[in-house]
Amino acid sequence: MTVDADGAVTAPGTPAGLDRPPGPRTETIQLLTPEGERVEHPDYPLELTDDEIKDLYRDLVLVRRIDTEAIALQRQGELGIWASLLGQEAAQVGSGRALGPRDMAFPTYREHGVAWCRGLDPTRLLELFRGVSHGGWDPAAHKFHLYTIVIGSQTLHATGYAMGIQRDGAVGEDGEAAIVYFGDGATSQGDVNEAFIWASVFNAPIVFFCQNNQWAISEPLERQSRIPLYKRASGFGFPGLRVDGNDVLACLAVTRKAMQAAREGQGPTLIEAFTYRMGAHTTTDDPTRYRLASELQAWKLKDPIERVKAYLVRTGAADAAFLEGVDAEADDLGGRVRQACLEMPDPQPLAIFENVYAGPNALLDAEREQYAAYLDSFTGEEAR
Amino acid sequence: MTVLTLSKALNAGLRKALEDDPRVLVMGEDVGKLGGVFRVTDGLQKDFGEDRVVDTPLAESGIIGTAIGLALRGYRPVCEIQFDGFVFPAFDQIVSQLAKMRLRSLGQVTMPVTIRIPCGGGIGAVEHHSESPEALFAHTAGLRVVACANSTDAYAMIQQSIRCDDPVIFFEPKRRYWDKAEVDPAANLGAALPLDRARIVLDGTDVTLLCYGPMVRTCVESAVAARAEGRSVEVIDLRSLSPLDMETINGSVRRTGRCVVAHEAAVTGGLGAEIAARITEECFYQLESPVLRVGGFSTPYPPSRLEDHYLPDLDRVLDAVDRTFAV
Ligand SMILES: Cc1ncc(C[n+]2csc(CCOP(=O)(O)OP(=O)(O)O)c2C)c(N)n1
Ligand SMILES: [Mg+2]
Repeated sequence: MTVDADGAVTAPGTPAGLDRPPGPRTETIQLLTPEGERVEHPDYPLELTDDEIKDLYRDLVLVRRIDTEAIALQRQGELGIWASLLGQEAAQVGSGRALGPRDMAFPTYREHGVAWCRGLDPTRLLELFRGVSHGGWDPAAHKFHLYTIVIGSQTLHATGYAMGIQRDGAVGEDGEAAIVYFGDGATSQGDVNEAFIWASVFNAPIVFFCQNNQWAISEPLERQSRIPLYKRASGFGFPGLRVDGNDVLACLAVTRKAMQAAREGQGPTLIEAFTYRMGAHTTTDDPTRYRLASELQAWKLKDPIERVKAYLVRTGAADAAFLEGVDAEADDLGGRVRQACLEMPDPQPLAIFENVYAGPNALLDAEREQYAAYLDSFTGEEAR
Repeated sequence: MTVLTLSKALNAGLRKALEDDPRVLVMGEDVGKLGGVFRVTDGLQKDFGEDRVVDTPLAESGIIGTAIGLALRGYRPVCEIQFDGFVFPAFDQIVSQLAKMRLRSLGQVTMPVTIRIPCGGGIGAVEHHSESPEALFAHTAGLRVVACANSTDAYAMIQQSIRCDDPVIFFEPKRRYWDKAEVDPAANLGAALPLDRARIVLDGTDVTLLCYGPMVRTCVESAVAARAEGRSVEVIDLRSLSPLDMETINGSVRRTGRCVVAHEAAVTGGLGAEIAARITEECFYQLESPVLRVGGFSTPYPPSRLEDHYLPDLDRVLDAVDRTFAV
């Protein structure tokens, strides 16, 4: 693990460029170039079979398809809102596929690709965005916590979870670890900085996975930091690194290594996945108000899916039949997601009173009864 | 006179405040180039510069904590919290620091900080975007808490709040941002109803209906419906939630003898409880029936497909009004 302790500070008045090549002391780990060339990195050897790379390609395409379908569903009024992951597929699939079945992941609201890798049915994600539930899946079932909307909060939850892993003696050979996802904007929150401190002083088995997509709604990265985000880690006393967030192979390799280090008791790592939010912040946002179209055009050349495709085609690992097969599977999945959304029943009104407390609660029970009677006063039993 | 949406009226009020006093600053997440997610600060950064209209790092505790420091230095910060549910990272700075600074300095330090919070539900949002946390702030001594309900008041109240030497928590009814009403930019602010006064928005004789923020429109519509059934409902927009304008409230209740308080927030421990207790203490012998509350359930705000059940609507308000006559 390389610790960057130089703490290089960008010169005052020169904001960290959005699309500027990384400065001399900012190393970005890359294993697959935007053109689809495989490159080696001494610290991150990655041996993958063609089939494994094809699986990653399939993940990327399917995840993007889920996202596209969800955006369309929102446009048609079927979802209240959607937070698109467009452009961040590689960061999510690469890191998500680096997790073992016993590792625990803590997402923000944008980690649809990680959800996919954890085996959560994508239609479950729609519940929150449709307004049917606040999430509702069992975090333990897929080792994938609920989406957290309050920026940064989940970093502390993940750290506490990792402290639990330590107490259970589940660190060491065949150990477990936690991974927490958050954005570049989130790094300004007190909670995130507290999580860094807790994780550091307790040497917790956790990986901090920051998707630096350059934007926090309308605010560019330089509103949050004057130094590359990964360099913050050294100040907290653990390693930090930057990976090409649009390179699924590199994201897989660095996350594997960092997770393994955490599992073995070597403590936390901060991974900054350098990527770009290619879509709007959410479906209600209008990015033309604050950023240039040319920026998007530049990042399109670094598309996380295209480079894998280029690699597979050029090396002959994938033929047209494979690519068409994946596309067909994606269309099926899109259709399934759409249908599940359209068929999703609205919750019953009295569900409002459920799951607030562990057991019966006199106050809520009385309110439920009153409201049931009120509803019945209109149309009889069927109102419920 | 000009007709403005509530969002535009606030924008005009902020603009006026920035023009009138060079010490006024606007700060928050996405308030600059984007103009805020509800466009309340639209165009202000362009016209007043990045020093006065500040896109802050993403940290609410930082927004309020630094606003306190700026106030110590003589500035009048107007902070935006993007949504109600995101004020809590700043709660410590507001409750433990901002609210108490004057007292701790024996009156020598003034904290003219305004905290704008879009509040309430009804826009089909995901969790943390529809809450009504006003009681938490009204419970905190040292803060003024106000809620605007329409463009006319919004324009004046935001300027009054900024001029006020106390910290003001300024609630904006987000589902009413697009409602229009007349605003008179030429009017003298001194002639406006003082910030701590309630407004009788509809005269009535049978029952007093107290409300604020997003519920004012709902309550006026309820009163109109009740009138068709021969019941005369007096609707009062409280505007100031701390302090409460008990003079106006008591005056009305003493005339009508009946009272309903409506708010979106959960009734348990809500503003309605405080108001009902005060009315009972101060108007007990004029009351014909108990003061009733209508509001959210004692549950977290539900997923949006259920919010129409949670939010008191015309029927639930009228049901409560009817019940005050049932005794
Ligand atoms: C505590 C808090 N404050 C404000 C918000 C509103 N908000 C939602 S997303 C967002 C920007 C987040 O940026 P970043 O952390 O970079 O994540 P990204 O959305 O880019 O994935 C903001 C300000 C929030 N959800 N929580
Ligand atoms: Mg971001």
